[in-house]
Amino acid sequence: MHFSGLRVIREALTGHKGWKPLWRNPEPQPAYDYIIVGGGGHGLATAYYLAKTFGRARIAVLEKSWLGSGNIGRNTTIIRSNYLLPGNEPFYEFSMKLWEGLEQEFNFNAMVSQRGILNLCHTDAQRDAFRRRGNAMLLAGADAELLDPQQVRAMAPFLNFDNARFPIKGGLLQRRAGTARHDGVAWGYARGADMRGVDLIQNCEVTGFRIDGGRISGVETTRGYIAAGKVGVAVAGSSGRVMAMAGMRLPIESHVLQAFVSEGLKPTIPGVITFGAGHFYVSQSDKGGLVFGGDIDGYNSYAQRGNLPVIEDVTEGGMALMPMIGRARLLRVWGGIMDMSMDGSPIIDRTPVEGLYLNAGWCYGGFKATPASGYAFAHLLATDRPHETAGAYRLDRFARGYVIDEKGVGAQPNLH
Amino acid sequence: MLIPHPLLGLRDAQEFTYLGDARLIDRPDGMAEGAEAAFAEYVYLRDNPAGVHRELWFHEQGDRSWLVVTRDTTTHEILGAELARDAKLKGGAA
Repeated sequence: MHFSGLRVIREALTGHKGWKPLWRNPEPQPAYDYIIVGGGGHGLATAYYLAKTFGRARIAVLEKSWLGSGNIGRNTTIIRSNYLLPGNEPFYEFSMKLWEGLEQEFNFNAMVSQRGILNLCHTDAQRDAFRRRGNAMLLAGADAELLDPQQVRAMAPFLNFDNARFPIKGGLLQRRAGTARHDGVAWGYARGADMRGVDLIQNCEVTGFRIDGGRISGVETTRGYIAAGKVGVAVAGSSGRVMAMAGMRLPIESHVLQAFVSEGLKPTIPGVITFGAGHFYVSQSDKGGLVFGGDIDGYNSYAQRGNLPVIEDVTEGGMALMPMIGRARLLRVWGGIMDMSMDGSPIIDRTPVEGLYLNAGWCYGGFKATPASGYAFAHLLATDRPHETAGAYRLDRFARGYVIDEKGVGAQPNLH
Repeated sequence: MLIPHPLLGLRDAQEFTYLGDARLIDRPDGMAEGAEAAFAEYVYLRDNPAGVHRELWFHEQGDRSWLVVTRDTTTHEILGAELARDAKLKGGAA
């Protein structure tokens, strides 16, 4: 089924009776060349690029619930590539370029909206750091502009510029950044993978790995044993739990991160705005709700719900930045479980078990990485070599002393 | 969340700072054979269970004691708390 304007008109005239499900619902086969564990954004993107770029292998995605029911359905939808470190910036810029062509590529409306991200700075030192970050972004082929307070004021006059503790001294703007429709991304990749012959198997939880002589031979699931040549695990939030079944301990703690939506308002926020003095970021959805978030709750959790102190903390950050949102009502609060890695950066690598691969540790920032993560993981699964932009995301970097500490705040997951 | 402090009774979790897995009490011997690998594991690797978890909380805005808190990570239910010193004297976190 191909989506087009003509198709929409034809369906409108014939009572919308011609739309079909976007993917099949197949029974699991006894064996596959590749099994991807986890039917979220990264897992579906991996299957899509594996099927599209790396040949016509037998591929399955195993999802314990329904597709896109994890973090891809529970985030604040921001896409950006404003990173500093050489291990990170080329990867996220690669992701940004994939976002820009994504909808044309998989013929699905993911509502990619390049409305810009503005990181505010509040001290001279922070402005210097942003200047350096902007230069690093330009060197990696991304776009960056340093705005002075007048330019910020012209763009977002409603901000609290004269906050006594955190006056706004300027901002780093990436115009190509923005937001995308998170569910649309999952559905687009799922549909694209299905069209290329990938079996998307829902309600199929992996309960164990079968490992013979240090090599993976298949996975035990709630729907029986499935043999596999190679298995890629992309189960953000549950990485620690799933990899424990393969006898591995990871440099990861699972934490809950809450996000928030206000009632629908008229167009207010031009793009994504982040409050550099605290941890607060906000954008406005197409329905008008302000979508915002802040820090993790700060202790291990699999509960997919948070606690009130963080809600208070995040809304305080919002009030400090734009006092006007005190008048808006909060509509929804939800929590997703994050892989908080020990340096705040992801892992895309082989594991000590031959044929078993890991894609994990995305901390807060997995959504923006979805296309590049899928592409790089597919590349690794197919060729056994890391993709050129993902070479720094090795599993053994901690032991070797090559941590990628983007924020420079130490090894505790609750500080990222 | 309220943490049942063994000396002070129920205290708000906001008075505490979280450190993570209580096994951090059992610091490896830096002079032992293979200390480098042991420390890499100690500093970076975690069990990360879904369910009952023993973890360290520092009563930073209270009596500045370290507690070992037993908590269910799937429900946030707190099952118990003891002074980290007592846990250590009993022979470690395990």
